[in-house]
Amino acid sequence: MELVYRSVKELFQLADEIDGGLVEAIIKVEAFVTDKTESEIKAKMQENLEVMRKAIEDGKAEDIKSPSGLVGGEAAKLEGFQTPWATGIHQQAAVNAIAVAGVNACMGRVVASPTAGASGIVPAVIFAIAEENEISDQRLVESLFVAAAIGRVVAKKADLAGAAGGCQAECGVGAGMAAGAAVYLGNGSKEMIGHGFSLALKNLLGLVCDPVAGLVEVPCVKRNGFAASHAIIAATMALAGIESKIPADDVILAMKDIGDQLPLSLKETSEGGLAVTETGLEITKNLDI
Amino acid sequence: MSSIFDIMGPIIIGPSSSHTAGAVKLGRLARLIFDDEIEEAEIGLHGSFASTGKGHGTDKALVGGLLGFKPDDVRIREALELAEDNGVKINFNNIKLPDAHPNSVQITMKNEKNELTIIGSSIGGGNVKVTKIEDYKVDITGSLPTIWLIHEDKPGMVGLITSILGSYNLNIAFMQDFRRIKGTVASAIIELDQEVSKYTINHLKNTNNIEKVRYIPAL
Repeated sequence: MELVYRSVKELFQLADEIDGGLVEAIIKVEAFVTDKTESEIKAKMQENLEVMRKAIEDGKAEDIKSPSGLVGGEAAKLEGFQTPWATGIHQQAAVNAIAVAGVNACMGRVVASPTAGASGIVPAVIFAIAEENEISDQRLVESLFVAAAIGRVVAKKADLAGAAGGCQAECGVGAGMAAGAAVYLGNGSKEMIGHGFSLALKNLLGLVCDPVAGLVEVPCVKRNGFAASHAIIAATMALAGIESKIPADDVILAMKDIGDQLPLSLKETSEGGLAVTETGLEITKNLDI
Repeated sequence: MSSIFDIMGPIIIGPSSSHTAGAVKLGRLARLIFDDEIEEAEIGLHGSFASTGKGHGTDKALVGGLLGFKPDDVRIREALELAEDNGVKINFNNIKLPDAHPNSVQITMKNEKNELTIIGSSIGGGNVKVTKIEDYKVDITGSLPTIWLIHEDKPGMVGLITSILGSYNLNIAFMQDFRRIKGTVASAIIELDQEVSKYTINHLKNTNNIEKVRYIPAL
């Protein structure tokens, strides 16, 4: 058996062939590729989990501020806010994601997942689910392996950077990875994981990268919050048996195709979209940094 | 084949892999190449490093790297103050470098005796490249243990160097040798699969016709 996967389809085939299933297959391939032991690999993912947990905690502080002053304290505002309607896990996921993305903007420590700009989505979703369901750290780490393996497939077929593919390649993929992890935590099948990923990414295809003043702040921080809530809906649909008619590997190719067609002005150059609105330009001009 | 930890990771200080994490790495590479106490540093920011650098903390990241921090070190945020506390003088300028990548920096490090200038770029996803040391064109990424050396441009030099490395069981992954004028000196960049010991470096330093040797461990 060859310890290789280049597509989501191949990843799932490999999982069928290996005792212990999907997570074991992912770890075995990683050990093969990097010459590391399985316990080193698990320890490294555990470290990622700890950094994520700390970033959520730190990001909820009221007094954090980015060097530009544009971002900070939003998670504290949202956390525990009572609406007249039920928001449940979605609100908590958004709080978590905005917290992490805020920490990133404020020069704190984060785990790129898949990028620094989209670093809030995956941790937000798994920790929001863990809070409601008392899930062990070991299982959370397993869900990170699932998310990472799907992200790795995307990276093989397309570039994970706003400058190459727009925000769909950052927050879109982050949401897809998070949805895959959430389906795993919800005890869904491999196929459901694939559908969760596809449903989440499909709905964020075409998302552009037009940050104000070129900073990873507006709209990035709050977008992490939306994408986290979005990932949970995708996972819920997949767990309910809703299928993505377009399979994961095709959705990834569609993302690449769209990214290639996006004009440069909407790929992290701040020459289009929100960045060049009257207010966006005004903010850029007045930045005292 | 890539690692899943390139996707779920690396762990870095935000906000940007190119403008922050990459900048830390460039500062660290500069420090390793200078390999001497830094009392003063002149930092010239080019392109996007100059225009959006401050909002990304590129200044703090570069100085953090010069202080020896890694890209996940939380002290990066206070790097400017820490440099001052340690008596390291830092000057920033916006400059224009010819034919340079948009995210580039020129760093001149000084102490009472020595001075060294490097130019480097953050080429995306946190990957970096030092492209110039003094007047020498180089290509140092910090992804593998690297030796930079200046040797006389004479027959047999490359063979001599590689056989010395081979005698220490070091395997060469990549090697580049440049010279500017025939028969003068050449600059070699040698990337290795293994870490290099002090003995090996001293052996190279004490070899005839080798003028300068610097060892840059993998970042």
